[in-house]
Amino acid sequence: METKSIMIVGVGGQGTLLASRLLGAVLLSEDYDVKVSEVHGMSQRGGSVVTYVRYGDKVYSPIIQKGQADLILAFEQLEAARWLPYLKVGGKIIANNQKIDPMPVITGAAVYPDGVLDAVRATGANLIELDALSLAVKAGSAKAVNVVLIGVMASHMDIAYDVWTDAIRKTVPEKFLEMNLKAFDYGYHYSES
Amino acid sequence: MSKQLLIGNEAVARGLYEAGLRVASSYPGTPSTEITECIAKYDDVYSEWAPNEKVAMEVAAGAAIAGARSFCGMKHVGLNVAADPLFTASYTGINAGMVIAVADDPGMHSSQNEQDSRHYAKASKTMMLEPSDSAECLEFAKMALSLSEKFDTPVILRLSTRVAHSRGLAEVGERVDNGLKEYKKDPMKYVMMPGMAIKKHVVVEQRVLDQTIWAETAPINTVEMNDTKIGVITAGISYTYAKEALGDKASYLKLGCVYPLPVKLIKDFAAKCDKVYVLEELDPFIEEHCRQIGVDVIGKEAFTLQGEYSQSLIARVILGKEDKSLSADIEIPGRPPVLCAGCPHRGLYYALKKLNVMVSGDIGCYTLGALAPIGMMDTCICMGASVSALHGRNKANPENAKKSVAVIGDSTFMHSGVTGLIDIAYNQSNSTVIILDNSITGMTGHQDNPTTGRTIKGDPTTAVSLEMLCKAVGIDHVRVVDPYNLEECERVIREEVERDEPSVVISRRPCVLLKYVKHEPPMHVNPDKCVGCKMCMKIGCPAISIKDKKSVIDFTQCVGCKVCSQLCKFDAIEEGK
Repeated sequence: METKSIMIVGVGGQGTLLASRLLGAVLLSEDYDVKVSEVHGMSQRGGSVVTYVRYGDKVYSPIIQKGQADLILAFEQLEAARWLPYLKVGGKIIANNQKIDPMPVITGAAVYPDGVLDAVRATGANLIELDALSLAVKAGSAKAVNVVLIGVMASHMDIAYDVWTDAIRKTVPEKFLEMNLKAFDYGYHYSES
Repeated sequence: MSKQLLIGNEAVARGLYEAGLRVASSYPGTPSTEITECIAKYDDVYSEWAPNEKVAMEVAAGAAIAGARSFCGMKHVGLNVAADPLFTASYTGINAGMVIAVADDPGMHSSQNEQDSRHYAKASKTMMLEPSDSAECLEFAKMALSLSEKFDTPVILRLSTRVAHSRGLAEVGERVDNGLKEYKKDPMKYVMMPGMAIKKHVVVEQRVLDQTIWAETAPINTVEMNDTKIGVITAGISYTYAKEALGDKASYLKLGCVYPLPVKLIKDFAAKCDKVYVLEELDPFIEEHCRQIGVDVIGKEAFTLQGEYSQSLIARVILGKEDKSLSADIEIPGRPPVLCAGCPHRGLYYALKKLNVMVSGDIGCYTLGALAPIGMMDTCICMGASVSALHGRNKANPENAKKSVAVIGDSTFMHSGVTGLIDIAYNQSNSTVIILDNSITGMTGHQDNPTTGRTIKGDPTTAVSLEMLCKAVGIDHVRVVDPYNLEECERVIREEVERDEPSVVISRRPCVLLKYVKHEPPMHVNPDKCVGCKMCMKIGCPAISIKDKKSVIDFTQCVGCKVCSQLCKFDAIEEGK
């Protein structure tokens, strides 16, 4: 099979790393060759963060470049727009509609544009938009946003529900397990209708 | 044997472990840190955080001479610090195997420069291997320990950010520990004075020749012949990009050993291809070797000396192919990294801003204080330079002393700040040094250090007292402030800057991300009291923003540090419940 490319993008501290590890574990259990490229260090401190996940029969490069992602999972609106050029024409972008002001906006040096996701949609990109934060809060914690989004992504991939929940069981500490399984389920059954 | 999904650094740790590693000493540095963190999980290996890379390499050299397979790891700039032992350990050689991992950071994801460590291998005549993925990280780490013993030399394992931090499949096996090798006293080998070193230099030059012969047929230098119109000579991560971009359209010479480089192998490969490209990030290291041995290649003239390569860059340059992409029709503001909400450095920086002093800066999370809206850093060169460069500044013009300070973290101070402070005391400059003691090595992701009272394994140990250390080197005025107390910070720093003697202010509060730090309920803005003066915005907290002309505090980020509420003249920022 041809190598598939998924990008997970967001703001440092939003839990994108856990999401990519979970995805990596799921793909491994499905016997794919997998590469996951993470960002550590300075970029994690509230900056724009991106993780590349690639899988297939044999994966060489761990990174994804412009026009190459089959799917982008965006944890924040502005980050969805920032990384949109990396989407393959005909690819899918799942975006949490949460807004987090970057420092240039906070200081007034820049403005957070209106209608970010509308602008993403206007490019013809296949956009799935949702309020993952509310679903996470409903599941029990704002911190579960990443698992809600993983749930949405899972519903757009050809991997069984149980494979995902098994991976969550292996990754998440016992006391947060029930809440995370609930968050995953809300995401998995989310539809825009 | 089982396949596991490991980041490159984890795979290096595993490979060393399986090959019977017994001693590891490192200083953290992105992107190398996780190697030693992973080694620390193995109880049958002694591991430690050293105060700096020079110490770490000397510990590893001492252990190797004593007969234990040893390791030290560092980022590229760390090798500058450790260069002194490197160049002479190359002469003494080892007894048991010794591996040095150095992680370069092309693209500068988390670094202050983009230096290419391969030059160190050549300059110190030390063998260097370069893996391209996690499987090779494990395999090369094991091989490096045995090559070290085969050739009686330390062996450097060169990583880059994408190799170090990419997860890939690696075959995990069992540990083989052959125990300690016997140590025999041998001053001709281990004592480097001119008489001995002159003889050892001959040995070192012969060793390079022997290693070059080995490299001609080494199992990690591989040839893959496909279409011969395009030939690619490459190493490390660039190999994966080349395979991705060119597939079977090119033939490959992949060099797992980047120093010393083979001659005949390269000439034979090049002779079979119509056109030969050298694909390597940063400097033209392999390219210059090719030209030197008379092989005509295309290299940096078609690519770049700066930043990372990628499959797209290679496809564009060699095949003239480019992927189509979409772009949203809006201005997208940048999102630079910031000090976290509740970061203790913020309050301290606010005090410095009010005092309007020149700030001699250093390497750590607090370097983010250089960015808007704090903007309170004038210089940042390397680990420890804040202290010594301030001394130089104040010697250049003593009038500078009353309007300048140095800021340095606890770990960086231990690394190489204390030597600068000794210079300040010894040569008496009227300098004020602020130690930002957040009880952890922060930027690299929370490693313990000599001031934290815990070892790499989390066990309790002696903690360096910063107060006593500063006093012991000759600083009479050492004061401690709480950076959450803005009034105290401003007052104390003002007094110490004005003082006609050297002084140290320790700004002490643990990193807010430490597990044991209890967060207070989030603060909130009372909209009836807020007049929208934006005073609270001056501290640049990412949790505070303006919505409909009033401040609002993001409850998901706020940790209740109450620094912002000290700025509000209208008592509009209230404690949460």
